[in-house]
Amino acid sequence: MKWIPRWMHELSSPPVFYRFAGVMRPWFMGFALLLTAIGLYGGLVLAPPDYQQGDAFRIIYIHVPSAEMSLFVYGVMAIAGFIAVVWRIKLAESVAMQSAPIGAAFTFITLVTGSLWGEPTWGTWWTWDARLTSELVLLFLYLGVIGLFHAFEDRRQGARAASFLVLVGVVNLPIVHYSVQWWHTLHQGTTVRLFGPSSIEGDMLWPLLVMMLATKFYWAASLCGRVRTDLLSIDSGKHWVRDLADREGR
Amino acid sequence: MLAFLDMGGYAAYVWPAYAVFFIVLLADYLAPVFRRRHVLRELHARMQRQKARQARRDGMPTHTDTDAHAIREHTTS
Repeated sequence: MKWIPRWMHELSSPPVFYRFAGVMRPWFMGFALLLTAIGLYGGLVLAPPDYQQGDAFRIIYIHVPSAEMSLFVYGVMAIAGFIAVVWRIKLAESVAMQSAPIGAAFTFITLVTGSLWGEPTWGTWWTWDARLTSELVLLFLYLGVIGLFHAFEDRRQGARAASFLVLVGVVNLPIVHYSVQWWHTLHQGTTVRLFGPSSIEGDMLWPLLVMMLATKFYWAASLCGRVRTDLLSIDSGKHWVRDLADREGR
Repeated sequence: MLAFLDMGGYAAYVWPAYAVFFIVLLADYLAPVFRRRHVLRELHARMQRQKARQARRDGMPTHTDTDAHAIREHTTS
């Protein structure tokens, strides 16, 4: 595979990635915390209340970023899963499997905060609306991937089998994303657009964009921590891990 | 300040939502920290046991009785 840049090849070596992720994780988390502080100050303090929903709309600053992350993490997991199935690269298997709990966490947050937002604005905690239902299916997909992975005795075999399930589940992503256009039910349509004008005021919009960036940094920090730890288990027979256990395991 | 905490009467919805967000992500962030410590401790303990077993085996005279003893000990441990 000559087309892979040299630095990528080196980074995919477990001891190199372990060190790299250990250095990067606090930086990613630091940026995430800083951006969260800025975003929530803008969203909870500076932004005016919504003319229809009052202050209940402020749930948007965690609900929408989490919902976006629930899809984003699945996308990353699918790319890593594809690489794991085709090229059997150890790091890709780890990234795919360690993405699942992070994605499940964001999906869970999306469903709970959505429920807490739905009650005061729609008058119901839950409804079998297309967006809500497909998001729930996404949570089950994440849990299914975690379950299948742990059902195998051999970690690497389990990772490849679960990666296959990840690839099958990709069909759910466009369903979640376009559900508000395909079926006009209770959940509102898109308000934030990357291209073209958003249908939300600037004062309310910028904190939302900051929060979306904050959750990206958080995701990077979380993935670094999880993959790093996972590599220790995978390579527990290797010298670099044994040396580390000698120094830090007492 | 009280008006801020009241969230225009929606405090019962807004604050629990934020609490869930922070608690779930904090748990997600800390999980690998504890897991990593656990993995390294476990491996260190296993290496110590291996080392002790190796030392015992090296220090043992090659007598059939003690060999049988060592094998019995090895299989029961």
